[in-house]
Amino acid sequence: MSAANRHSDEPAELALRVEALEALLREKGFLESAHVDAIVRRYEEEVGPLNGAKVVAHAWVDPAYKRRLLADGTAAIAELGFGGPQGEYLVALENTPTVHNVVVCTLCSCYPWPVLGLPPAWYKSPAYRSRIVREPRTVLRELGLELGAEVEVRVWDSSSEVRYLVLPERPPGTEPLSEEELRSLVTRDAMIGVAKVRAPRTGSHG
Amino acid sequence: MANPTVPLVGAAAPPRRNGELVFEAPWESRLFGVTLALCEAGLFGWEEFRTLLCEEIGAWEAQGLPQESFRYYARWEAAFERLLAEKGLCTGGELERSVHTLAARPSGHDHRGPEEDAHRRTR
Repeated sequence: MSAANRHSDEPAELALRVEALEALLREKGFLESAHVDAIVRRYEEEVGPLNGAKVVAHAWVDPAYKRRLLADGTAAIAELGFGGPQGEYLVALENTPTVHNVVVCTLCSCYPWPVLGLPPAWYKSPAYRSRIVREPRTVLRELGLELGAEVEVRVWDSSSEVRYLVLPERPPGTEPLSEEELRSLVTRDAMIGVAKVRAPRTGSHG
Repeated sequence: MANPTVPLVGAAAPPRRNGELVFEAPWESRLFGVTLALCEAGLFGWEEFRTLLCEEIGAWEAQGLPQESFRYYARWEAAFERLLAEKGLCTGGELERSVHTLAARPSGHDHRGPEEDAHRRTR
Protein backbone atom coordinates (compact mmCIF):
# COMPACT_ATOMS: atom_id res chain seq x y z
CA MET A 1 0.00 0.00 0.00
CA SER A 2 1.45 3.38 -0.93
CA ALA A 3 1.93 6.07 1.65
CA ALA A 4 0.43 9.52 2.04
CA ASN A 5 -2.84 11.17 1.20
CA ARG A 6 -5.18 8.28 0.67
CA HIS A 7 -7.78 10.52 2.18
CA SER A 8 -8.11 14.16 2.99
CA ASP A 9 -6.18 16.09 5.61
CA GLU A 10 -9.33 18.00 6.55
CA PRO A 11 -9.56 18.21 10.34
CA ALA A 12 -13.27 17.32 10.32
CA GLU A 13 -12.64 14.14 8.35
CA LEU A 14 -9.63 13.21 10.47
CA ALA A 15 -11.62 13.79 13.64
CA LEU A 16 -14.31 11.44 12.33
CA ARG A 17 -11.78 8.76 11.34
CA VAL A 18 -10.07 8.91 14.73
CA GLU A 19 -13.42 8.67 16.51
CA ALA A 20 -14.29 5.67 14.32
CA LEU A 21 -10.93 4.03 15.02
CA GLU A 22 -11.28 4.45 18.76
CA ALA A 23 -14.84 3.08 18.70
CA LEU A 24 -13.80 0.10 16.61
CA LEU A 25 -10.77 -0.76 18.73
CA ARG A 26 -12.89 -0.44 21.87
CA GLU A 27 -15.55 -2.76 20.42
CA LYS A 28 -12.85 -5.28 19.61
CA GLY A 29 -11.65 -5.12 23.19
CA PHE A 30 -8.18 -3.79 22.36
CA LEU A 31 -8.54 -0.69 24.52
CA GLU A 32 -10.65 1.11 27.06
CA SER A 33 -11.47 4.78 26.69
CA ALA A 34 -10.55 5.41 30.33
CA HIS A 35 -7.02 4.23 29.58
CA VAL A 36 -6.83 6.61 26.61
CA ASP A 37 -8.16 9.43 28.82
CA ALA A 38 -5.45 8.72 31.40
CA ILE A 39 -2.67 8.75 28.79
CA VAL A 40 -3.88 12.04 27.31
CA ARG A 41 -4.15 13.60 30.76
CA ARG A 42 -0.65 12.39 31.62
CA TYR A 43 0.89 14.11 28.60
CA GLU A 44 -1.25 17.24 28.85
CA GLU A 45 -0.85 17.82 32.54
CA GLU A 46 2.01 15.88 34.10
CA VAL A 47 4.84 15.06 31.72
CA GLY A 48 6.51 18.22 30.48
CA PRO A 49 9.64 20.36 30.42
CA LEU A 50 9.44 21.00 34.16
CA ASN A 51 10.81 17.46 34.58
CA GLY A 52 13.80 18.31 32.42
CA ALA A 53 14.30 21.57 34.28
CA LYS A 54 14.56 19.60 37.54
CA VAL A 55 17.21 17.37 35.99
CA VAL A 56 19.21 20.34 34.67
CA ALA A 57 19.06 22.37 37.87
CA HIS A 58 20.08 19.33 39.92
CA ALA A 59 23.03 18.71 37.60
CA TRP A 60 24.11 22.34 38.01
CA VAL A 61 24.25 22.16 41.81
CA ASP A 62 25.48 18.59 42.23
CA PRO A 63 28.67 17.76 40.27
CA ALA A 64 28.41 14.06 41.09
CA TYR A 65 24.87 13.94 39.70
CA LYS A 66 26.03 15.79 36.60
CA ARG A 67 28.71 13.15 36.03
CA ARG A 68 26.12 10.40 36.37
CA LEU A 69 23.76 12.23 34.00
CA LEU A 70 26.41 12.56 31.32
CA ALA A 71 27.47 8.93 31.79
CA ASP A 72 23.99 7.37 31.75
CA GLY A 73 21.07 9.71 31.14
CA THR A 74 18.37 7.08 31.57
CA ALA A 75 19.63 5.99 35.00
CA ALA A 76 20.16 9.59 36.14
CA ILE A 77 16.64 10.78 35.28
CA ALA A 78 15.26 7.66 36.99
CA GLU A 79 16.96 8.85 40.19
CA LEU A 80 14.58 11.84 40.08
CA GLY A 81 11.60 9.63 39.29
CA PHE A 82 11.44 10.16 35.54
CA GLY A 83 11.23 7.47 32.89
CA GLY A 84 8.91 5.72 30.51
CA PRO A 85 8.24 5.75 26.77
CA GLN A 86 10.87 7.58 24.70
CA GLY A 87 13.25 7.76 27.63
CA GLU A 88 14.72 4.27 27.45
CA TYR A 89 18.03 5.43 25.94
CA LEU A 90 18.49 9.00 27.05
CA VAL A 91 21.77 10.75 26.33
CA ALA A 92 22.54 14.11 27.95
CA LEU A 93 24.71 16.52 25.94
CA GLU A 94 26.66 19.16 27.82
CA ASN A 95 26.89 22.66 26.39
CA THR A 96 30.13 24.49 27.16
CA PRO A 97 31.63 27.83 26.15
CA THR A 98 33.08 26.12 23.07
CA VAL A 99 30.49 23.45 22.21
CA HIS A 100 26.82 24.03 21.55
CA ASN A 101 24.53 21.02 21.07
CA VAL A 102 21.18 21.14 19.32
CA VAL A 103 18.71 18.30 18.82
CA VAL A 104 16.48 17.37 15.90
CA CYS A 105 14.69 14.34 14.54
CA THR A 106 15.15 14.60 10.79
CA LEU A 107 12.76 11.79 9.85
CA CYS A 108 9.84 12.32 12.20
CA SER A 109 9.55 13.70 15.71
CA CYS A 110 11.52 11.60 18.19
CA TYR A 111 11.88 13.47 21.45
CA PRO A 112 12.66 12.63 25.10
CA TRP A 113 9.07 12.56 26.41
CA PRO A 114 9.84 11.78 30.10
CA VAL A 115 11.87 14.98 30.53
CA LEU A 116 10.38 17.35 27.92
CA GLY A 117 6.85 16.08 27.31
CA LEU A 118 5.60 16.08 23.73
CA PRO A 119 7.44 18.17 21.15
CA PRO A 120 6.24 21.62 20.09
CA ALA A 121 4.87 22.17 16.58
CA TRP A 122 8.02 23.81 15.26
CA TYR A 123 10.18 20.82 16.26
CA LYS A 124 8.00 18.63 14.02
CA SER A 125 7.94 21.09 11.11
CA PRO A 126 9.61 20.13 7.82
CA ALA A 127 11.52 23.43 7.85
CA TYR A 128 13.23 22.87 11.21
CA ARG A 129 13.95 19.20 10.53
CA SER A 130 15.65 19.86 7.21
CA ARG A 131 17.33 23.19 7.87
CA ILE A 132 18.88 22.71 11.30
CA VAL A 133 21.15 20.05 9.82
CA ARG A 134 22.13 22.02 6.71
CA GLU A 135 22.54 25.46 8.21
CA PRO A 136 22.39 25.25 12.00
CA ARG A 137 23.98 28.63 12.68
CA THR A 138 21.53 30.40 10.41
CA VAL A 139 18.50 28.68 11.94
CA LEU A 140 19.75 29.34 15.48
CA ARG A 141 20.32 32.99 14.60
CA GLU A 142 16.76 33.24 13.27
CA LEU A 143 15.60 31.79 16.57
CA GLY A 144 17.48 34.51 18.43
CA LEU A 145 20.63 32.59 19.33
CA GLU A 146 23.82 34.10 17.95
CA LEU A 147 26.88 31.90 18.48
CA GLY A 148 30.46 33.06 18.11
CA ALA A 149 32.73 31.58 15.45
CA GLU A 150 34.77 29.89 18.22
CA VAL A 151 31.75 27.80 19.24
CA GLU A 152 31.43 24.42 17.60
CA VAL A 153 27.81 23.55 16.79
CA ARG A 154 26.89 19.89 17.06
CA VAL A 155 23.55 18.74 15.64
CA TRP A 156 22.20 15.46 17.00
CA ASP A 157 19.66 13.48 15.02
CA SER A 158 17.36 11.43 17.25
CA SER A 159 17.29 8.40 15.03
CA SER A 160 16.15 4.96 16.21
CA GLU A 161 16.26 4.51 19.98
CA VAL A 162 18.44 7.33 21.31
CA ARG A 163 16.78 10.47 22.69
CA TYR A 164 18.81 13.53 23.59
CA LEU A 165 18.56 16.13 26.33
CA VAL A 166 20.76 19.21 26.16
CA LEU A 167 22.33 20.23 29.44
CA PRO A 168 22.56 24.01 28.99
CA GLU A 169 25.30 26.14 30.53
CA ARG A 170 24.48 27.60 33.91
CA PRO A 171 24.25 31.36 33.38
CA PRO A 172 26.86 33.49 35.12
CA GLY A 173 25.78 35.34 38.25
CA THR A 174 23.37 32.63 39.39
CA GLU A 175 25.59 31.33 42.21
CA PRO A 176 23.31 32.68 44.98
CA LEU A 177 20.19 31.02 43.57
CA SER A 178 18.65 27.92 45.11
CA GLU A 179 18.09 24.78 43.08
CA GLU A 180 14.39 25.58 42.92
CA GLU A 181 15.09 29.09 41.65
CA LEU A 182 17.49 27.73 39.06
CA ARG A 183 14.82 25.31 37.90
CA SER A 184 12.52 28.16 36.98
CA LEU A 185 15.15 29.60 34.64
CA VAL A 186 15.47 26.47 32.52
CA THR A 187 13.33 26.55 29.38
CA ARG A 188 12.23 23.77 27.08
CA ASP A 189 13.97 25.51 24.17
CA ALA A 190 17.29 25.53 26.05
CA MET A 191 17.01 21.79 26.61
CA ILE A 192 16.49 21.25 22.85
CA GLY A 193 19.45 23.53 22.19
CA VAL A 194 17.78 26.38 20.31
CA ALA A 195 18.25 28.84 23.19
CA LYS A 196 20.51 29.54 26.13
CA VAL A 197 19.40 29.82 29.72
CA ARG A 198 19.33 33.46 30.75
CA ALA A 199 20.10 34.79 34.19
CA PRO A 200 17.12 36.46 35.84
CA ARG A 201 16.90 40.19 35.34
CA THR A 202 18.52 42.04 38.17
CA GLY A 203 17.67 45.44 39.56
CA SER A 204 14.19 44.69 40.86
CA HIS A 205 15.29 46.27 44.13
CA GLY A 206 16.36 49.44 42.38
CA MET B 1 12.04 23.84 -1.21
CA ALA B 2 14.22 26.83 -1.98
CA ASN B 3 15.66 27.85 1.33
CA PRO B 4 12.46 27.77 3.39
CA THR B 5 12.62 29.55 6.69
CA VAL B 6 11.47 28.42 10.08
CA PRO B 7 8.49 30.64 10.76
CA LEU B 8 9.02 33.03 13.64
CA VAL B 9 5.33 33.68 14.20
CA GLY B 10 2.20 31.59 13.78
CA ALA B 11 1.24 28.03 14.60
CA ALA B 12 4.64 26.50 13.84
CA ALA B 13 6.73 29.24 15.44
CA PRO B 14 9.03 28.39 18.32
CA PRO B 15 7.38 29.65 21.48
CA ARG B 16 9.46 31.86 23.71
CA ARG B 17 7.85 30.27 26.73
CA ASN B 18 6.82 26.74 27.57
CA GLY B 19 3.08 27.34 27.59
CA GLU B 20 2.28 25.89 24.19
CA LEU B 21 -0.73 23.63 23.76
CA VAL B 22 0.31 20.00 23.55
CA PHE B 23 -2.48 19.19 21.09
CA GLU B 24 -4.19 21.57 18.71
CA ALA B 25 -7.48 19.67 18.56
CA PRO B 26 -9.21 16.97 20.61
CA TRP B 27 -8.89 14.37 17.83
CA GLU B 28 -5.10 14.75 17.93
CA SER B 29 -5.02 13.92 21.62
CA ARG B 30 -7.36 10.92 21.14
CA LEU B 31 -5.20 9.63 18.28
CA PHE B 32 -2.06 9.98 20.40
CA GLY B 33 -3.73 8.29 23.37
CA VAL B 34 -5.15 5.41 21.32
CA THR B 35 -1.78 4.78 19.66
CA LEU B 36 0.08 4.77 22.96
CA ALA B 37 -2.56 2.61 24.65
CA LEU B 38 -2.23 -0.12 22.02
CA CYS B 39 1.56 0.09 22.22
CA GLU B 40 1.47 -0.18 26.02
CA ALA B 41 -0.83 -3.19 25.63
CA GLY B 42 1.95 -4.84 23.64
CA LEU B 43 0.01 -5.00 20.34
CA PHE B 44 2.95 -3.47 18.49
CA GLY B 45 6.40 -2.08 19.19
CA TRP B 46 6.99 1.66 19.06
CA GLU B 47 9.71 1.20 16.47
CA GLU B 48 7.17 -0.45 14.14
CA PHE B 49 4.96 2.61 14.38
CA ARG B 50 7.88 5.03 14.12
CA THR B 51 9.04 3.41 10.88
CA LEU B 52 5.63 3.92 9.27
CA LEU B 53 5.39 7.48 10.61
CA CYS B 54 8.76 8.30 9.03
CA GLU B 55 7.56 6.79 5.75
CA GLU B 56 4.35 8.80 5.77
CA ILE B 57 6.18 12.03 6.56
CA GLY B 58 8.78 11.28 3.89
CA ALA B 59 6.09 10.52 1.31
CA TRP B 60 4.33 13.78 2.13
CA GLU B 61 7.57 15.73 1.79
CA ALA B 62 8.32 14.05 -1.56
CA GLN B 63 5.13 15.59 -2.93
CA GLY B 64 6.67 19.04 -2.73
CA LEU B 65 3.60 20.67 -1.20
CA PRO B 66 3.94 24.01 0.60
CA GLN B 67 5.52 23.33 3.99
CA GLU B 68 2.86 25.38 5.77
CA SER B 69 0.29 22.75 4.81
CA PHE B 70 2.15 20.04 6.75
CA ARG B 71 -0.15 18.43 9.28
CA TYR B 72 1.83 16.26 11.65
CA TYR B 73 -1.07 14.34 13.15
CA ALA B 74 -2.58 13.70 9.71
CA ARG B 75 0.61 11.80 8.87
CA TRP B 76 0.41 10.06 12.25
CA GLU B 77 -3.16 9.01 11.49
CA ALA B 78 -2.17 7.59 8.09
CA ALA B 79 0.71 5.66 9.68
CA PHE B 80 -1.55 4.33 12.42
CA GLU B 81 -4.16 3.08 9.93
CA ARG B 82 -1.44 1.23 8.02
CA LEU B 83 -0.06 -0.29 11.21
CA LEU B 84 -3.51 -1.52 12.31
CA ALA B 85 -4.06 -3.11 8.89
CA GLU B 86 -0.60 -4.71 8.84
CA LYS B 87 -1.12 -6.13 12.32
CA GLY B 88 -4.60 -7.37 11.43
CA LEU B 89 -6.07 -5.30 14.28
CA CYS B 90 -8.45 -3.35 12.07
CA THR B 91 -8.93 -3.59 8.32
CA GLY B 92 -9.57 -0.69 5.99
CA GLY B 93 -13.06 -2.01 5.26
CA GLU B 94 -13.97 -2.16 8.95
CA LEU B 95 -12.79 1.39 9.42
CA GLU B 96 -14.75 2.69 6.41
CA ARG B 97 -17.94 1.05 7.74
CA SER B 98 -17.35 2.57 11.17
CA VAL B 99 -16.73 6.01 9.62
CA HIS B 100 -19.95 5.76 7.59
CA THR B 101 -21.94 4.75 10.66
CA LEU B 102 -20.68 7.73 12.62
CA ALA B 103 -21.12 10.11 9.69
CA ALA B 104 -24.75 9.01 9.35
CA ARG B 105 -25.63 10.29 12.81
CA PRO B 106 -28.15 13.11 12.90
CA SER B 107 -26.43 16.49 12.71
CA GLY B 108 -25.65 18.01 16.07
CA HIS B 109 -25.17 14.58 17.57
CA ASP B 110 -22.28 14.28 19.93
CA HIS B 111 -21.85 11.15 21.94
CA ARG B 112 -19.54 12.94 24.32
CA GLY B 113 -21.03 15.15 26.96
CA PRO B 114 -20.43 18.84 26.31
CA GLU B 115 -18.59 19.14 29.60
CA GLU B 116 -16.14 16.41 28.73
CA ASP B 117 -15.57 17.91 25.31
CA ALA B 118 -14.99 21.33 26.81
CA HIS B 119 -12.43 19.85 29.19
CA ARG B 120 -10.54 18.35 26.27
CA ARG B 121 -10.36 21.70 24.55
CA THR B 122 -9.13 23.63 27.52
CA ARG B 123 -5.52 22.51 27.28
